[in-house]
Amino acid sequence: MIEMQDAAYGYGAEPLLSDLSLHLPPGSFHFLTGPSGAGKTTFLKLCYAELLPTGGNISLFGHTAGGLSRDGIADIRQRIGVVHQDCKFLDHLSVSENIALPLSVTGKGGMAQDSNLNELVGWVGLTARAEALPPELSGGERQRAALARAIIMDPDLILADEPTGNVDWDMSLRLLNLLVELNKLGKTVVIATHDLALIRAAKQRVQARVLRIQGGQITAAGADL
Amino acid sequence: MSLRGELLAFVRGDRGADRVVPRSGQSARLTFATAAAMAFLAVFAMALSMASGRLADRWSSALAQSSTIRISAPPAEIEAQTWAVLAVLEQTPGIESARALSDEEQQALLAPWFGPDLPLDDLPVPQLVEITETADGYDADGLRQRLAAEAPGAVLDDHDRWRRPLAEAAGRLRILGWLAMVLILAATAGMVTLAAQSALSANEQVIRVLRLVGARDSYIARAFVRRFTIRALTGAALGMVVGLLAVAILPSARDTAAILTGLSFSGASWFWPLIIPPLAAATAFTATRIAAFRTLRGLQ
Repeated sequence: MIEMQDAAYGYGAEPLLSDLSLHLPPGSFHFLTGPSGAGKTTFLKLCYAELLPTGGNISLFGHTAGGLSRDGIADIRQRIGVVHQDCKFLDHLSVSENIALPLSVTGKGGMAQDSNLNELVGWVGLTARAEALPPELSGGERQRAALARAIIMDPDLILADEPTGNVDWDMSLRLLNLLVELNKLGKTVVIATHDLALIRAAKQRVQARVLRIQGGQITAAGADL
Repeated sequence: MSLRGELLAFVRGDRGADRVVPRSGQSARLTFATAAAMAFLAVFAMALSMASGRLADRWSSALAQSSTIRISAPPAEIEAQTWAVLAVLEQTPGIESARALSDEEQQALLAPWFGPDLPLDDLPVPQLVEITETADGYDADGLRQRLAAEAPGAVLDDHDRWRRPLAEAAGRLRILGWLAMVLILAATAGMVTLAAQSALSANEQVIRVLRLVGARDSYIARAFVRRFTIRALTGAALGMVVGLLAVAILPSARDTAAILTGLSFSGASWFWPLIIPPLAAATAFTATRIAAFRTLRGLQ
């Protein structure tokens, strides 16, 4: 699904990440941890081609990231659901319109999809808030709406960047349960977080691999997690 | 997507694509107002071009069908040479009619410069002979040679030296009118590009979200292109209607056919301004599309 071979990325002359070599197989569950500024978000951006590697090679669904056209990148992103900490909604559209946005931009909206949309909105517990505007939502509601938008296209890969950063523990567990449920449906999940309690809670529910980014390198985390 | 595909998608419309970009009041008003003002000016440029062309054609054709012979001779010989000239003209192919102007007619011609009380008998005013040509015209060089032999004081003026500058002026006025149209379209394209770039910059975050969820550049561009094209089309339609009304209420052309009183359309040419709104829309479509793709290339 995603394969990195000696991949590197730097914003300037100094590389932020280097020698990244790993494989994210289909149906796997990964946590990405490390101190703030270590490069977790950069790693995720490399996974959905918002950034392209400055060294090495990254393969996304069998395509070399550096060789993708802009349309090719758009097509790859239709197979990836991304959940950001700040959610990134279009504030002039309702919650349900934001959730359905990936369908709209790919011309896949329609009666059948409307039914799926309602089901999905119910699944994340936002039926009563479906016509609200994003600024009217609480932090937890925003994260659930972002998750619903990330999975409406039935993606193969879900990338979540600090999805529980702005919510309380109960909501964190609720979001985690949704992601675990998706993983059991065969989705690959990668969650960037420095919430160790969340990682421990997840390991009770799913077989998760924990990766740590430190000093620009990525390593498998120890038994403490 | 190909340009043809883009055009089809544009015509079909996409309610979703139309909604993803928030309505930006300032750029909308700017585009609408610019298109309206430019269409208004374009109507006048078109009217000027057509009126000047018509006027010059009229002058040119009127002069082209007539010639003048000026007979300058001592008073005692004027009458004899006039008869000789008329006799030559009668035998010249391509001359429909010829007549010597009367003293009153010659006095009327000179009145604008010398006043109505000009003592024509006391002045050595040449005798004028007016010639009307047939459609085929006559051989001017051959006529000049015969006149030189029969009436040495006669000089043929076939109006060519007047007609040529008029024809050139007509051509230049037409070109200037169309050049003004091109400049107006270019200015419209410039203004629409600026407004589109402003809207694209203001919506950079929206564009990033759309790219994040898998939108192709063509989809994002279409959302902007359709909006700006429709604004330009409606603005230009309004400007065209106002421009046509303004032209319609201008004073109508008189016999003097002065350029200002003749600034209007005639007959089927009233339909020509209908091309202005589609032209403005096509200009906005192209300008916004170029601006959108240029901006999108700068965003991952």
